Amino acid sequence: MTENCSFATDHMEACGHRATHVIGHSVGRKDTQDKVTGHAKYTDDFSDNTMLHAALLTSPHAHARILSQDTARAFAAEGVRAVITGKDYPNKTGSPLADRHVLAIDRVRYAGEPVAIVVADSLAQAEAATKLIDIQYQPLPTIQSPKLSYYSNTPLLHPNLNPYVGDSAEVNPIPGTNIATHVPIRKGNPQAMWAVCDEIVECEVSFPQAHHAAMETHVVIAEVAPNGDIDITTSSQSPYSIPSLMQATFGIHPAKVRVHTPYVGGGFGGKSSPYIEPLAVAAALKVSGRKVKLRCTREQVMTCLPGHIGLEAKVRLGATRDGQFVAAHITYWFDGGAYADRGVIVTRAATQDCTGPYRIHHVHCDGFCMYTNHPPTTAYRGFGHPEQTLVIERAIEKLADKLSINPLELRRLNAIGPGDTTPTQARLTRSSIGDVQGCLVRLKQMLDWNGTATVKEGKTVIAKGIACVWKTSSTPQDASSGAIVRVNDDSTITVLSGVVEIGQGTKTVLAQMVAELFRIDIRHVNVVLEVDTKTHPEHWKTVASRSTLLAGNAVVRAAQDAIRQLKKTASFVLQCEADDIHIAGGYAYCADAHDTRAKIPIGALAKGFTFQDGHTVGEMAIGHGSYTIEHVTKLDPTTGKGVPGPEWTVAAQGVEIEYQKDTYSYRVRRAVSVVDCGKVLHPDLALGQIKGGMNMGLSLASREGYVYDDSGAVTNPQFRVYPIHRYGDHPTYDVAFLETPDLEAPWGLRGIGEHGLIGMPAALANALSNATGMEVNQMPMTPELLWRLQTNKGDGP
Amino acid sequence: MTKHEVTLHINGEDRTLVIRHADTLLDVLRLQCGLTGAKPGCENGDCGACTVIVNQLPYKSCIMLAIEATGHTIMTIEGLKHSPIQRAFAKCYAFQCGYCTPGFIMNAHAMLLHDTSIDEPTIQEWLESNICRCTSYEEIASAIRMAMSTMNANLPDNSKPNSPST
Repeated sequence: MTENCSFATDHMEACGHRATHVIGHSVGRKDTQDKVTGHAKYTDDFSDNTMLHAALLTSPHAHARILSQDTARAFAAEGVRAVITGKDYPNKTGSPLADRHVLAIDRVRYAGEPVAIVVADSLAQAEAATKLIDIQYQPLPTIQSPKLSYYSNTPLLHPNLNPYVGDSAEVNPIPGTNIATHVPIRKGNPQAMWAVCDEIVECEVSFPQAHHAAMETHVVIAEVAPNGDIDITTSSQSPYSIPSLMQATFGIHPAKVRVHTPYVGGGFGGKSSPYIEPLAVAAALKVSGRKVKLRCTREQVMTCLPGHIGLEAKVRLGATRDGQFVAAHITYWFDGGAYADRGVIVTRAATQDCTGPYRIHHVHCDGFCMYTNHPPTTAYRGFGHPEQTLVIERAIEKLADKLSINPLELRRLNAIGPGDTTPTQARLTRSSIGDVQGCLVRLKQMLDWNGTATVKEGKTVIAKGIACVWKTSSTPQDASSGAIVRVNDDSTITVLSGVVEIGQGTKTVLAQMVAELFRIDIRHVNVVLEVDTKTHPEHWKTVASRSTLLAGNAVVRAAQDAIRQLKKTASFVLQCEADDIHIAGGYAYCADAHDTRAKIPIGALAKGFTFQDGHTVGEMAIGHGSYTIEHVTKLDPTTGKGVPGPEWTVAAQGVEIEYQKDTYSYRVRRAVSVVDCGKVLHPDLALGQIKGGMNMGLSLASREGYVYDDSGAVTNPQFRVYPIHRYGDHPTYDVAFLETPDLEAPWGLRGIGEHGLIGMPAALANALSNATGMEVNQMPMTPELLWRLQTNKGDGP
Repeated sequence: MTKHEVTLHINGEDRTLVIRHADTLLDVLRLQCGLTGAKPGCENGDCGACTVIVNQLPYKSCIMLAIEATGHTIMTIEGLKHSPIQRAFAKCYAFQCGYCTPGFIMNAHAMLLHDTSIDEPTIQEWLESNICRCTSYEEIASAIRMAMSTMNANLPDNSKPNSPST
């Protein structure tokens, strides 16, 4: 790493200019003992015998008018304390667009929509009583295809879209249509450039919605205190967004809402929008003074809660004879489901990065998030980028074929780099974009890429497919994180940060940063693993592969602040300049000290320093630090021009498959990722993020997707009919890292939480297209799909 | 709602409990015994997060009635201490969010109680009943191999380098 760091001199050691003793090393995890012993506590693990239990009743219809609701029998049932229906709360909720009632009132728009809650002494009693609620529905026509929804607007799902309250910077709904948001990108003039192209390809790509499959289902415990304070424990990626949502939904002052988040059993984006928290609070408000627990069943998570967005897309890509990309025209019709939720932001994220990491001067892209009668959608690992990547990479593969250019070389030729602009016309620098070329060069070696993508051995075809990946975050311009670093009497350090420990290991990495700066063993750094919004400094959200950047910068600053305080106190004691004091190994000492007795344990400086005569100098050492994201701007509403995120992590990925021509079945033999992660902070955690993402991506691409009935209800909401990867389904994973630093980030790091997943669907689709000679442009890529493509020439079921 | 008093033998202790006939073993362990290591993930026998060991065999406690477990020896993750498989999970980073981990560990521990020199297809047959969404499964495969070799070499538990616990 040779780049200059943007930090001032005293920040230099946080930027990789010094040999590190903790950063860059695999130093275990802070949550290991809790998690291998079963001691780790997740939200559902908290219970007591005074707690009440809530059960949801959801709509069996994908679209229906509610004619009547009779809750009398349910209310009279044994143990029942409250029955709540939509009429109890006329309030609307949802972020960024408040387009749904807490519980459906007059109309349901998807099968799985919550219509009533029963609160009872036991869960069994609550569940039994939901069956006693009599609701009469009048089914209405449904719309399932987002593209049809765009062209027909029939049925119109939100005829009163106008008065819905939304954040206009985040969402752009079009009244009178089923468009929940429209994001346009206008760069250059593609229309004029098609004539310049020697070759133009077109593809249509589609896939249904899917399930995050975090192993912990969503759970909330809510309690309303006599003074109106609301205490919430929830399995959330966004605890700090809950108080303001409670204000928007129920008019509760945010300061009266306290949110606790213990360990979270996986999220993958599915726990980023507070979807059931308003339901739990609605229930708790009816039984004031009692804790109410609401835990979703797996079936409810898959039908009632927001999932992975679906898509129908069309892409047109043109290039010159020698392979230079000239123009792209892309339209996404995302299946956002019945309510906008975060699906509209996913749409923006895909649209703003629609070209992938390639230099294309002329881009016309429209991202539409469409209302349909499917479940709503939210963030999913990759946040619009696996989707955007599949679309553009299928077109590139087709173009390579038409131009007879080696697909890897075609990607290298067009790889984006410093000085180029993104679809939103953000100009890239060596700091803001990783090394796409370098990733491809390394991928070529690791995948033994020799230019021919397939080898046939009888009925078996060995085929490879590749894809390039980039991603920036769609963070708000004020996304922030704060941190507190405390020095303890025993010379250990305690770190407080609002990042949720969801499996990604960020809290371990934050402890590494502190250990590095204090030059102590990581065992002497404690990091508080749970989050409490009343006591921990705010961290925007644990999403978007942004926690190590935001919280990392905050923690580095907090640690440096604490060190400054220790040095100041030590300077009184040691009678030298504060700048000459060193903090290392748990001691403070003067730089030129020849006398080893003049080493003061930092614990002795924690509350100032007390001399033997009782005289005390200095103050208690508590470091604080904060960071707010920089350089991010809003996108222009007509051209999309703007800077959506601080930097782009890039990667090149590939798979090698073994395809059986006679049975249409295949096996992924190996999958390879080369990721420019800026700096490897913890090799084993970094590998775990990338390999875990690759496994999730291959599972999603090969076998996952909701199967809907004729009306739009999800018919496969259980793991035995929704067959995600199990032990033994995985191929061999190979991962390599490049290190092109992001100069804004501690030690130059770049986010990597999502990137292992992003290129896997595209790489697999390209490998299968190469193996079969067909265009495999749909997910899930099951043998059945391949058989249908062969026998029906592309007609789906 | 009829309830009955039963005695369950859990982690070497007799626990006398008042349960409904319909209570699953998972619910009784979690809500009445405070043993929350076994987790609900699907409550349908599909994901294995609730796996406990009954008479040395792995059982999905979400589809076993508590009343069926009377007279049998039940071990939950809380009853498993310092085992080779726990150490191997720690050393191999075979967990991330940790939610599926107790189920995986109990299933793998039961497997290793039966045999410590089994081939990969047999390991798959045992472990494909559990789902992990975070790791790539390669980490879990490494942990199984490490635990097997530790047990076969009969090494003392603390002989491995790179203590994972910080």
